[in-house]
Amino acid sequence: MLEMENVTASYGPTPILRDVNLHVEEGEIVGVMGKNGVGKTTLVKTVIGLLGADEGTVRFKGEDVTTAEPTVSERLKESVASRVRGSKVGDRIADRLVADGGGQVTANQRARRGMGYIPQGRDVFPKLTVEQNLRLGEGVNAEAENDLYDLVYDYFPILEERKDQKAGTMSGGQQQMLAIGRALVGNPDLLLLDEPSEGIQPSIVEQIGEDMQRINDELGVTILFVEQNLDLVQTMADRCYALDKGTVVDELDSDDLSDKEAVAKYLAV
Amino acid sequence: MDMTEVPAFVDIFSLVNLLLQFLDSFAFLVLAAVGLVVIFGMMGIINLAHGEFILVGAYSTTLAAVAGAPFVVAVVIGTLTTAVFGILLERSILKRFYDRPLDSMVATWAISLMMIQGTRIYFGNSITQASTPFGSINYGPYSYSAYRVALAGVSVAVLIGIYLVFTRTEFGLKARATIQDADTARAMGVNTERIYILTFGFGSALAGLTGALYAPTLSMSPEVGQNFLVEAFVAVVVGGSSVVMGTSLAGILLGAINAFFSNVYSTFWGRIALLAAAILAIRLMPYGITGVIENIRDRRRAGMSLRESLKIPAVTVLLGGGSND
Repeated sequence: MLEMENVTASYGPTPILRDVNLHVEEGEIVGVMGKNGVGKTTLVKTVIGLLGADEGTVRFKGEDVTTAEPTVSERLKESVASRVRGSKVGDRIADRLVADGGGQVTANQRARRGMGYIPQGRDVFPKLTVEQNLRLGEGVNAEAENDLYDLVYDYFPILEERKDQKAGTMSGGQQQMLAIGRALVGNPDLLLLDEPSEGIQPSIVEQIGEDMQRINDELGVTILFVEQNLDLVQTMADRCYALDKGTVVDELDSDDLSDKEAVAKYLAV
Repeated sequence: MDMTEVPAFVDIFSLVNLLLQFLDSFAFLVLAAVGLVVIFGMMGIINLAHGEFILVGAYSTTLAAVAGAPFVVAVVIGTLTTAVFGILLERSILKRFYDRPLDSMVATWAISLMMIQGTRIYFGNSITQASTPFGSINYGPYSYSAYRVALAGVSVAVLIGIYLVFTRTEFGLKARATIQDADTARAMGVNTERIYILTFGFGSALAGLTGALYAPTLSMSPEVGQNFLVEAFVAVVVGGSSVVMGTSLAGILLGAINAFFSNVYSTFWGRIALLAAAILAIRLMPYGITGVIENIRDRRRAGMSLRESLKIPAVTVLLGGGSND
């Protein structure tokens, strides 16, 4: 479903991810755990494409999403550049033209190919209603049908009750449900969750963990989540990677995951 | 002037005159501002070349009308020409200035100066004007241009149109999502680049429509757009960033102030009152009418009674400490 090979990514001049290698198979729930600032959010953003990978490859459903077909304007620039090369000035113009070339598949295109993204801190659109937020998720999936709404309302009945309410007025847990529902309406193959437990009270965290397992089980949606909440990692993940200083330092299978101390050492501050 | 003299608006004709002046003023404020407020409210660009977008609309409409196109067709041509012009400008220059308000002001000001001078070099100091449709309304000793009054109806239609575009269409939903959080919108499959282009084109089209509609009423010189700038910026400052609610309330408030002072004293005092209202608004409502209303709404939501929720914003407005967050 998803493979990252030697992926390096940075914000401006600061490198955050170094040589990340991981894979997620179809139907799995895979966790990536790590302390604050080890690059968890950057990892998710590099997968969905909000941040480009500097080096390495991200493959989704077998297709490389870190190299895109050149767009019309890129091809045009390329052909102009090749024509003006030869003189000193010509070379400089050509270099400028192709400087930001070599684009990657953009986030909106990756979403349309089947990635559902649930950002950190939920990031629902606060001034839109619950239903409008869900409709935006539907934009990903041209064939979205009404039964997807019913499905979402089935998992999260509170969303149907409050469908005309502005999303910004709901509690953190309800916003998290909305963010999950919004991703589900797009009928994704892979769900990406960025710290689903952040800022949510423990009982709701537990419930969201159960909901995610149900969604994985019943809909066959593959899930990759990054998290530093020990309980959620233990209950949700089939398998887990430990991330430290921007690189994968360990891989834990289900047996390792049941050993609380083995897990906790990657999360302790 | 003699303040003890009975104001002139007590007889019925003067009242009609006051009303028509209000409608005229309301239409002018709203139409002058809409293009500016869409581009500012939705994209955060302070477009100092707004007047020259209006110039493009006015000139292309006038040229089409003088060449023989029916007026309505000429208006459509003017509007579309300005939309295309705006999109070209956005793609070539302004897209580099998102989230850089100060830089965008310098860039758009430069564009404004170049366009005024460019128009002067190419078309000269004036071009032949298109004729005003409709004629005039006569009542008692007064007469008023029927066309300028009809524009009040058009301005209301434009506001309703903008409201429908942003609340009832797929584009509007995606545009509002993009403005609230571009990254998340992109992750929802929204092509945000395209939304920016279309929103800018829409704002430009509105400015072009304004130029087109007022083309027959103004003399066509390269500075024609400057006629709109004061009203446009005052309406945006007083209205705040909400496109429809802010602009219409600002139009009503400022239109009333302007009409009253113009009618009772003179056009000169109408203008002074407008500017004084803008200065007061900046001091008392830094986020415009929109900010005050959102403040009240938040307090209502937090469970205060209507009475209570009105109290605190009123105090902050009077003391000038209004805050929006």
